[in-house]
Amino acid sequence: MFSKIMTIGGALALSIGTAGFAERGADGHVSIIYWQAPSILNPYLSGGTKDVESSSLVIEPLGRYDQDGALVPFLAEEIPTVANGGVSEDLTSITWKLKSGLKWSDGTPVTSADVKFTAEYCMHPEGGCAQASFFEGVVSIEELDELTTKVTFNQPKPNPYGPFMGGQSPIIQAAQFADCLGAKAPECTGANFGPIGTGPFVVTDFRPNDVIQMKANEHYRDPAKPAFATLTFKGGGDATAAGRAVMETGEFDYAWNMQLAPDVLAKMAEGGKGKPIAAFGALVERLEMNLTNPSPDLPAETRSTRAEPHPFLSDVRVRRALSMAIDRDLLVEVGYGQAGRPTCNLVPAPKIYTSDNTGCLTQDIAGANALLDEAGWVDSDGDGVRDKDGVKMAILYQTSTNAVRQDFQALIKQWWSEIGVETELRNLDASVFFGGDPGSPDTFQKFYADVEMYANVFNGTDPQQYLAAYKCGSEPKPDSQWQGENINRFCDPEYDNLIEEYARTGDIEKRGELGRRMNDMLTKDSMTIVPLVDRGRVSAHSVTLGGVVLNTWDSELWNVADWHRIK
Amino acid sequence: MTDAPLKTPEPTVDRVSEAKSSSQWRDVWKQFKRHKGAVMGGGFLAFITLFVLIGPYIWALEATKLDIRAKDMRPMYTVLWNGEAKVGWAHPLGTDQLGRDLLSQLIEGGRASMAVGWAAMILALFLGTTIGVLAGFFKRMDFWLMRFTDLVLSLPILPLLLVAVTLFRQPLRANFGPEMGMFILIVGVVGITSWMQTARIVRADVLALKEREFVLAARSIGTTPTKIITRHLIPNVMSPIMVSATLGLATAIITESALSFLGVGFPSDFPTWGKLLSDAVQRMEQFPERVLLPGLMISLTVLSVNYIGDGLRDALDPRIRGR
Repeated sequence: MFSKIMTIGGALALSIGTAGFAERGADGHVSIIYWQAPSILNPYLSGGTKDVESSSLVIEPLGRYDQDGALVPFLAEEIPTVANGGVSEDLTSITWKLKSGLKWSDGTPVTSADVKFTAEYCMHPEGGCAQASFFEGVVSIEELDELTTKVTFNQPKPNPYGPFMGGQSPIIQAAQFADCLGAKAPECTGANFGPIGTGPFVVTDFRPNDVIQMKANEHYRDPAKPAFATLTFKGGGDATAAGRAVMETGEFDYAWNMQLAPDVLAKMAEGGKGKPIAAFGALVERLEMNLTNPSPDLPAETRSTRAEPHPFLSDVRVRRALSMAIDRDLLVEVGYGQAGRPTCNLVPAPKIYTSDNTGCLTQDIAGANALLDEAGWVDSDGDGVRDKDGVKMAILYQTSTNAVRQDFQALIKQWWSEIGVETELRNLDASVFFGGDPGSPDTFQKFYADVEMYANVFNGTDPQQYLAAYKCGSEPKPDSQWQGENINRFCDPEYDNLIEEYARTGDIEKRGELGRRMNDMLTKDSMTIVPLVDRGRVSAHSVTLGGVVLNTWDSELWNVADWHRIK
Repeated sequence: MTDAPLKTPEPTVDRVSEAKSSSQWRDVWKQFKRHKGAVMGGGFLAFITLFVLIGPYIWALEATKLDIRAKDMRPMYTVLWNGEAKVGWAHPLGTDQLGRDLLSQLIEGGRASMAVGWAAMILALFLGTTIGVLAGFFKRMDFWLMRFTDLVLSLPILPLLLVAVTLFRQPLRANFGPEMGMFILIVGVVGITSWMQTARIVRADVLALKEREFVLAARSIGTTPTKIITRHLIPNVMSPIMVSATLGLATAIITESALSFLGVGFPSDFPTWGKLLSDAVQRMEQFPERVLLPGLMISLTVLSVNYIGDGLRDALDPRIRGR
């Protein structure tokens, strides 16, 4: 099913070429529905996906990530790299050059002053810029000429594509926002609700938390685009209603983020007016193994800390056996359908970081049993549960409350019972589980359980911070108020060395290799993290809407200029 | 002639003594039998209790056993209108999305739900009646007990539950195991947070009753307060207690399902009627039986308890009895 849809997607992508000959505005009207409504069109003042994506119709960054996570120039002439001289050898500066002849939607030219202003706007000390992390480490922004801007960092940045890349960091017009710096930023309602941009559409009417009307931008750089003369962006409702509006009734052309069970989605698609599309990012549903002892008999200072190794999960053979017993294909079928695919990797994308690790994909109950026998865990008292030295293999397996996760728990419990492991299931309210309250015993950081399940992802296309989380010492512990990202309490000096080397490396090939090695160390070598499903994002579009390429690395509306009507 | 008037009282005396020997409870039963709804309710309750108690021995399929190849099966009766439906005698009521047998889940879930419902209801009734009677009968305690009732009424239940679970889950789990520990916790929490209505109603009734002549009479011949309460007050407030009991059973079953839904109830693979119901809502268009069957079980149980309560109230009230 999934591959079929990808083929259709590919076919649509090819057909963009023919659409290029069309005239601007020839295809009339297009309507988009997001079940969360935008409240502002300035992504620097709101971190919400709905706001970032709706504003991406109007304002654009210098470059974007495409559907594979690769960098593509938008307002920039090309993506600066060390090879083309755009990034300095010592990785401390990056020089962007704008395309020539770019115009704002009010007809004035786009210059490097606007780029510089954008950085000043977000880095203003009095303003609370929502995207400040993109500008971290920026020391200065210089205008070298009309079209060229140089960004200098305070230290070598192997990944210098923070500022001005992607939907969260678009260029705004200096003239429009000149009086909106710092604390005054939220007061500029006119500019925040109707930014002047370079994108394919301009705002004609903005009603916060409801609906946005737009028309084609006359000054858009490609004279043949966009194909639509007007656009309606409706916000609000829920995923079910949005899905129905596109796939069953056909009132809308595009619906975002269909978080629905696979059979529910399939039922809607039978409506025939639209179809779901899926794309994959780096979101992985995984089992986290606790390498430390969560026994309630231990004092609070040492429970679930590195001082007390786990009685049986500290043995890699046990962890491997637990992973081998799982049938990931079945999990995907039950829980995600086309919005998921089985994976053995912690970093399933972008391609360069993806290890060819597929060993876990076939279920092997017999192998798991043999491995446990070999490790000395046998059922000596005949109660159906393996034990050794008086310790029973009983696992407390916790996760957040969610219908799909509870189905997963039931299935995995069954498989583990087949290899003689007793499992107790526990589900916790998501706001408590992910709440991070150091006083609660039920947070995922505290990990007062043997195994837990959740999904996690990294921002952007570079997994440096994500992988650095598994350094020794960054685990949650009482001294750190149970804050920390090394949930499994993993600690390997070799891994720490790799992380340091990774932070110093600028060459993308080399980074990929290091990333893959660290991924393997955490997954197939040590089975500290047992990945289950690579979870994708599903959206839906009308069968008559062409040119849609779902992108999980940037705004979903990143290529809206290429959208057109299939006649 | 002289014999006749002497003889006539004898049968009268006999009749009286015979009527006396038909005890109060026989009268109650007689009256109860005349309430058709109550008899049917009682019959159904007995049936459902037997169903969950001996069901597992007759239908031996394990409720939590997954059989993914047999998932999404429909109940046998679906064949009546849809010949192509996926059905089989191995699972007469069908299976869920993971292939768990619905019939054995209903049996297993009924055990948990009925146990929680009854235990929590009895706890709430006990607390409510005690506090209500004490507050109504002893003037000195009235103010404090009723302010305490108001206090408990104003507590937000959900945060209270979360706190209770955080504090007591671990020790209860360690001492009684995950399922029994949770059972005690849920029964305790539901019981402790739902006695207030009963207490208020009982107090109001007791306040009115204790001024009535028969209570005054009892008091004037020196009956102790304990005797007055057990002999005169409790039987007379039986009807409001019965009504709250029926409501309480329903509330307890439903609260249990809400708790499971929030993840503070029983482990997620431990079936209860409430959980079967809430798990099935997502797919109720395609598989209505997964919502209807547990829902029907809950409603019928509550309805039958309601009717029994109604019948008992009539039977226990000496003014209605015999009419």
